Parts: sequence; C-alpha cells; structure tokens
Amino acid sequence: MTQETISREVVVGIEQGLHARPADLLAREARKWQSRIELVADRQRADGKSILELLTLAAEAGTRLVVEATGPDAREAVDAIGGLFDRNFSELNSHT
Amino acid sequence: MLKLQGIAVSPGVTIGEALVLDSEGFRIPRRFVERSAVDTELERLKNAVAETAVEIERNRDAVRAELGEQYAAIFQAHLAMLHDDRLQEELTSAVRDKNWWPEYAVSRTLRRYAKVFQSLDNHISQRAHDIYDIEKSLLRNLLGQRRETLAAISQPVIVLAHNLTPSETANLDRRFVKGFVTELGGPGSHTAIVAEGLEIPAVVGLGPFLADVSGGEPVILDGHQGVVILQPDEETIARYRLEVEAARTVAAKLDTLRDVPAETLDGVRIQLTGNIEFPSEAEQCLSRGCDGIGLYRTEFLYLTSKREPTEEDHFAAYSAVVTAMQGKPVVIRTLDLGADKMLTERTPEEERNPCLGLRSIRLSLRQLPMFRTQLRAILRASALGDVRVLFPLVSTLVELRQARLVLADVMEDLAEHGIAFNPKMPVGMMVETPAAVMMLDAFIKEVDFVSIGTNDLIQYTLAVDRGNKEVADLYNACDPAVLRLLSRSLDVAREAGVPANVCGQMSGSVMYTQLLLGLGLRQLSVPASAIPEVKQACRSVSVAECREIAERSLQMDSAREVKAFLRDQMRRRLSETVV
Repeated sequence: MTQETISREVVVGIEQGLHARPADLLAREARKWQSRIELVADRQRADGKSILELLTLAAEAGTRLVVEATGPDAREAVDAIGGLFDRNFSELNSHT
Repeated sequence: MLKLQGIAVSPGVTIGEALVLDSEGFRIPRRFVERSAVDTELERLKNAVAETAVEIERNRDAVRAELGEQYAAIFQAHLAMLHDDRLQEELTSAVRDKNWWPEYAVSRTLRRYAKVFQSLDNHISQRAHDIYDIEKSLLRNLLGQRRETLAAISQPVIVLAHNLTPSETANLDRRFVKGFVTELGGPGSHTAIVAEGLEIPAVVGLGPFLADVSGGEPVILDGHQGVVILQPDEETIARYRLEVEAARTVAAKLDTLRDVPAETLDGVRIQLTGNIEFPSEAEQCLSRGCDGIGLYRTEFLYLTSKREPTEEDHFAAYSAVVTAMQGKPVVIRTLDLGADKMLTERTPEEERNPCLGLRSIRLSLRQLPMFRTQLRAILRASALGDVRVLFPLVSTLVELRQARLVLADVMEDLAEHGIAFNPKMPVGMMVETPAAVMMLDAFIKEVDFVSIGTNDLIQYTLAVDRGNKEVADLYNACDPAVLRLLSRSLDVAREAGVPANVCGQMSGSVMYTQLLLGLGLRQLSVPASAIPEVKQACRSVSVAECREIAERSLQMDSAREVKAFLRDQMRRRLSETVV
C-alpha cells in the first residue's frame, strides 16, 4: 500500500467564499476517499472531511488553497476535489 | 481569566456560579456523570443527535416545499455540521473520557466552534448562528421534559444572558439570583430596573461574550465598575472577597440611618421616598426608613402573564403595598409600557419608533377597558391608605383631561355600587417630555403633584436612545439643556405651590443630590438600595451651599464641565460620610 502524498493548488472562485454549502459538498466528496485529505491555507490546515473545520478556514473568493491527500487513493482524491474548484462548485446550482 | 467591560447599571459586587441562558432560557450547569452511567449517557447523546437530525430534515423538507432547494440547502449544511465526524468524536470523548454531562459537553464543544466562527472577520462569522441553532436543538432533545428553566433555580447563581426579557426577569426565582449580566441593554433597560429593584448588581451591554463561558464556572460581577471577570484566578477572587466584606461593613453603617430623617444641616426636611416595581420591595424601602413610595411601577402586572391582569390581580398587588406602608403615601403610576412590550397586545402594525409611538398614557387612553380596570383597582386601594395616582408620558393637556375624565367616570361607577374609595385621591402627572416642561404652567393648574422622570426627559430632550451603544455617551444627565428644563419645572411647581419630586436614576445618585436640592427640589424618589446613601447625602449638606452649586452649574455650557464640577463637589462634601 502506497502512502504517497499528492497536492495541488486551487483558488476559491465562489463569490461568497467557501461558505456552508460548498464546504458541505467538499466534505462529502472528501469522505468518498480513503486517503487523509487536508486543505491548507496560509497559516491553517483543515480536515477536508469536516465541514466545521473547512469553515474555520474562512476562505474568501480569490483565496489560494492547497489540497493535500495522503493514502492509497491520494491522486484520485486530489483530482476529484480539485475538480470541484475547477468547476467552481457548479453542482450547487444544478437544482435551481 | 477574562476581564470584560460593560455598562454598570446596578451597584454591588458579587462572586458566584454562572448560569448561562440562551434565548430559550435553558440553563446548562457543569455537571459530571458517574463512570457507571457513561454508557447510558452516551446512548442519550446518540438519541439526541438522531432526534436533532430528524428535526433538521423536517425543517429542510418544509422549506424546500415552500421556498425551493436553494433555501433548503442551509439545513443540509446544518445536517452536515451535526454529523461532522470530528464533532461527534469530540462529544463522545468528552462524555466517555472526561465524564462530562452530555448537556455540558454539547454546550462547551459547540460554543467553542461558534466562538471560532465569530472571530472570523468575514461573512462566515454568521455561521455561528447555525452552531447555536444546532446547540439549542441538541439541548432541547437532551433535556426533554427535564429541561431546567429559570423558574427552577435552586441555588445561588449569577445569570448571564444575551438579553433578559421582562417576562423572564419577572418569572425568576429571585431568592437565588445574585446578579445579572447581559450582552445587550443599556442604563434604563428592563434588566437594569429589575436588578435595581432586587438590589443585586448588574452589568449590561457587554457585547458578545456568552461563547466564552459555560454554566457552573465562577464569575465575578462588579456592578460599580461595570466589570465582569470570567474564569477568575485565585488572587482576583481573594481580592474581590475583601471588597464584598467591606461593602457589608458600609451597609451595616448605613443601616444605622434607618430611624433618622432626611434633613439637611440647615434643618430643611427632604421627603425621601422609594421607587418599587414589585410589592415585596415596599418592605425593603420601609426597613431603610423611607417616607413613602414615590413611584410604584405597575408594568410587571402586565408582563408576568399572557393574559391581561384582572382587577383582582391589580388590587391584590396594590393593597399589599398600601397596607405595608402603614399610612405613608404610595404613588401608583398607571401602565408605562409600549404596545410592543406587552404580551397581551398585538401591535396593529410594526412601529418604527416605539419610544415615540403608542405607549404609556397614549396606550391606556386607546385601551379604555384595560385602563378602567387598573383605575378601579387603584381607587379601591385608595380606601386603605394614602394612595395617589400618576399618569406617565403626558405630552398634551388633552391627554391629561381625558385621563382625568376616565378617572371621574370610574369613580362615579364605584360610588354607584357602594364601593369604598377616596374621592379626593391626589392626581399627578409625569413630566418627562420637553413639551410637558414648556407647558407646565398650564398643566400645573390641573394636577395635585408632578413627578419629573429624568430618564425619559433626558432621552427625549437630547434625542438619544440610551439603549443604543453608538450614541449612549450622549445620554447625559449633566447636559445644560436638561438642567435648564429641570430648573424651569421646579420653579413653575414652586410658584404654583404644587409638590414636585424627581424619580429616575438622577435622584438615586448622590452625585446629583446637591444640585437637585439647590434647584429647589424637596422630594426625591429613589431605588430602595439608594435610600441610606441619599439620606446620608441630604444630611451632609446645607441648602444654602446647594443653591450656590446649582447656580454655578446652570451657568456652565457643557455636560462635561458640569459633571466634573458636581463630582468634585460631591467628593468634597460627602467623602468622609458616604464614599
């Protein structure tokens, strides 16, 4: 079993920042993976699977974050989470 | 240790256990569970989480059906927060490893998150409300029927709350409350008045702090300085203990003033009466040697229950006070509330400016059956002793005449039914608007006495809401405009030979005693707790000196100058005896 750490940078594109709904979506996505997933801001790390911790990042629009995953499915996890940011959490608007 | 500064509204120092109230009046004590009960308690926690989840889902579905998916999403986020693995681990470990009572674990843990959110300076700080919502819901489910409310306190506590509503304070078991601390409020807020009436220290307007404290923790409340200390260290507690002791000694000294009159050094007798809110306070005033009750606020009758008080409710309260006072005067003020504050009233439409809206005598004249009920009870009580009636917030002659007309009508009614009352019961009005002062020469011909309510007079004169932190510093009894209105009112009353008194915070503070006596005031109505101090102040000054002080104050053109001058005069003359 590999314990590889994969990371990539993302930018918060959502106008209101990483607020409750995108944080929820992110945590749900993160929980699909076995790897430990963290989001790293300037001075702070948050457990990607915990909405409460993600919110404490208070990441506003334009904030640069690093998605970091460690574990057997690290690469897929980072791709999936990175994808959320790339699509600007468009899933959130799908039912309106 | 965390030291917070608020607004001091009721003096005294106390050290006690915190009772934290949220907006629904829950109290969460720091309590531990027996090791053997840990499994049962964990099960209870699990059930509460499950029930809370069901509640949130129900809300989500209801909102989704009504407003659509986007609005429902916030409840989805609540669910995610509730089910957050970290949160659940923390809660479980608090109960299992630290043996915390689940209620306490919930309150502590969620408040910690709320505090983190509050400290963020962007819109996420509003997520704190979501956390409080979840906390509330969890607590409701945990406590279930065993929910402990304010009415069920059984040991001494200091009540810490966001804001205390009049009905909450009225329902308190007062034997156990040693002090109040609130995030909102200002001088003259309901909490301030009740605390003063109960003679317990209170600090209000502290701003958000409830996230920093949990029930059961020691708290120091300094009602003189407006300071609240959370999680105090041993040294601080010891220092304050000494202060509590010293205060007891001073109180014992002031106690000796009970049987001496409030008389100045040059032999002028001052009528010193008490302000009360609850009938039980009459006894406190008497035991401190007062000359009567100068202001009996009757609002509590309207605030303690959801139904309108009956004539018998009124009469029971009034007759208790009148009987206790044994022939000394009792001034009963009719309802002085805004429609917005009353549980029984439905305001026809939202009032944008309740202070300038339908309240006090205006409301009474609009709700005649309610007004007549109160007047009947006051008249019936007048057969038992020296009762006088006082109409609040009169701003036009028409209002005064209308009120007197209703009173005459009720008298006629009682006479017809052979019910005893005093047909010569004195009728007075509050002078608390600039309009009343400007027209006082006309009013004075139609009343038997006037009572100057400085709290409202200052507020209406200076156009300042004393509950509004942004402008509260403009609220100043020393403002030259206020002094001129006071001076004018007292002159008009004296010339007409009509007794005048001053109630409100100004009369209860010894800083103003010399000024007020100098302006010609001979009747002061003060909170029971202030009677000994004010009496001592009256006994330490001469009217001749007071006149000079008043004259000089009236020539000053800024509140700051007046305040500094009065403070200096007070220190000079009263230092050995009072302070």
